[in-house]
Amino acid sequence: MTVEDALQSYVLRLGDNALVIGQRMIERVAGEPELEEELANANFALDYIGQARMLYSYAGELEGKGRGEDDFAYLRDSQEFRNFLMVEQPNGHFGDAIVRQVLFESFYLLQLEQLADCADTRLAEIAARAVKEISYHLRHASQWLIRLGDGTDESHQRVKESLERYWRYAAEFFDGDDVDDWIQRECNGPDLGALAKTWRDNVEALLEQATLPIPDDNLDQTSFSRAGGRQGNHSEYFGFLIAEMQHLQRAFPGANW
Amino acid sequence: MYTQGLDQKGKVVQSSDASESADQLDAFQKRVDAEDKIEAKDWMPAAYRRTLLRQISQHAHSEIIGMQPEGNWLTRAPTLKRKAILLAKVQDEAGHGLYLYSAAETLGVSRDQMVADLLSGKAKYSSIFNYPTLTWADIGAIGWLVDGAAIMNQIPLCRCSYGPYARAMVRICKEESFHQRQGFDIMFELSRGNDEQKAMAQDALNRWWWPSLMMFGPNDSDSKHSAQSMAWKIKRFSNDELRQKFVDVTVPQAEFLGLRVPDDDLSINDKTGHYEFGDIDWQEFYDVLAGNGPCNRQRIEKRGQAQVDGAWVRDAARAYADKHATAAAA
Repeated sequence: MTVEDALQSYVLRLGDNALVIGQRMIERVAGEPELEEELANANFALDYIGQARMLYSYAGELEGKGRGEDDFAYLRDSQEFRNFLMVEQPNGHFGDAIVRQVLFESFYLLQLEQLADCADTRLAEIAARAVKEISYHLRHASQWLIRLGDGTDESHQRVKESLERYWRYAAEFFDGDDVDDWIQRECNGPDLGALAKTWRDNVEALLEQATLPIPDDNLDQTSFSRAGGRQGNHSEYFGFLIAEMQHLQRAFPGANW
Repeated sequence: MYTQGLDQKGKVVQSSDASESADQLDAFQKRVDAEDKIEAKDWMPAAYRRTLLRQISQHAHSEIIGMQPEGNWLTRAPTLKRKAILLAKVQDEAGHGLYLYSAAETLGVSRDQMVADLLSGKAKYSSIFNYPTLTWADIGAIGWLVDGAAIMNQIPLCRCSYGPYARAMVRICKEESFHQRQGFDIMFELSRGNDEQKAMAQDALNRWWWPSLMMFGPNDSDSKHSAQSMAWKIKRFSNDELRQKFVDVTVPQAEFLGLRVPDDDLSINDKTGHYEFGDIDWQEFYDVLAGNGPCNRQRIEKRGQAQVDGAWVRDAARAYADKHATAAAA
């Protein structure tokens, strides 16, 4: 694996996570429980689309074949995407969206913080900018998780079920491969083992504050956890997300918009 | 975005209530005539309050309902740049809704009540959002025509006699002019594109042109209470004046895009320098206003569903706040 290959794969994965969760958040527009949440959701989704654009542009430059942001977003088939299964899960209700956000962003923020100090200047710059955005998202989502967990009996029950639904997808965050190893070794990137521990500590502390039980499982047991996004083995839901997103580019090949 | 609610047929604004003395009304009118801004705590005629409350809340509802037709293309925006711009626009609309509801609340009605009135059908929103967005070009047409018409209506509102509304409008107008430009830019790109894209742009203009002209409300001869709103300096220009201005500005833009305005009677009057245009189908306008447009039911059902789906979340937030307020007090 060359330097460019490994870095390009890594940057593309980050871009895929950002685009796919951004797309899911966009689906929520005009369906939020409060007007203030409409603003927050659209604003956060916009952050993610912005991150995806920066990451895809950089991935294109690393690849050196002339591909740009829209080529990666619109002209790859679903199995070429390398996002985590967590971020592609359907929206469900508000509590589901909050839990997905908290679990993913608790990881993503740690990852970005490490990348902001990595040896690749361009990636470090993108990460440093994203850290500011994601810290704010995570604070917002965490406050909601606490309110829902410690709100009414109904909200507690609902968000507890959301947590049980999504928890199994978190294992994939820490299931590194040779690209992750390379980034850690050659680029001073994140140590996924250390991140897993910090993630677990942070999430458990938050769940305690939200009066929510930690789901009864062991993330290390692969029989329980769900992974495959890194290999392009997605959920059934994902093909629809991609088909909808890519519709115009596929229907009118080569058109400018 | 705009609301034509002031001009609904058959409703006449009472300019004064029995309890209001001639001296009070006279003093109020003098302040308005002197271009003094009326503020929330100032005395105002009950009818002035009602008129403003109706107009501002309808404007707020229009912003919120307007998120739906545009949101319809957010997931399918053809490039990431277009997606980001459209998302920023939809976010602006939520923001406009928020400050307009706040401005309306200064007149003494809660946001919850206004939303309830929207969902029950008591309050209206701009009829333009009862038309569907069928292709990507509709997103261009909404920005170009609908936001373009909205700006014509809204610029004068920045000088509205009611301070909180006028101030909210200053910020809204700045953002609306970006929205108009992004819409025109979408149309521009389509008009330079392949045959299918050009056809898409023309089709969107065909469908949105007349509803956009209707956004200015009925002809002056049929607009029963414009005079009172003009006297109160809530309105500054008549419906027909604004509509004419919009046509004069927009027709050359359509020509620049190589698109045909769908009006066989459209021609420029060399003496006046203004365009003359065909008759508007007011029956369609009143039908849509009455709830019989293509999407009236769909829009309100979606908004109502969000309200129902979010009830447990709002309850939880209240319960949490109460619990912790009690804990803090103990």
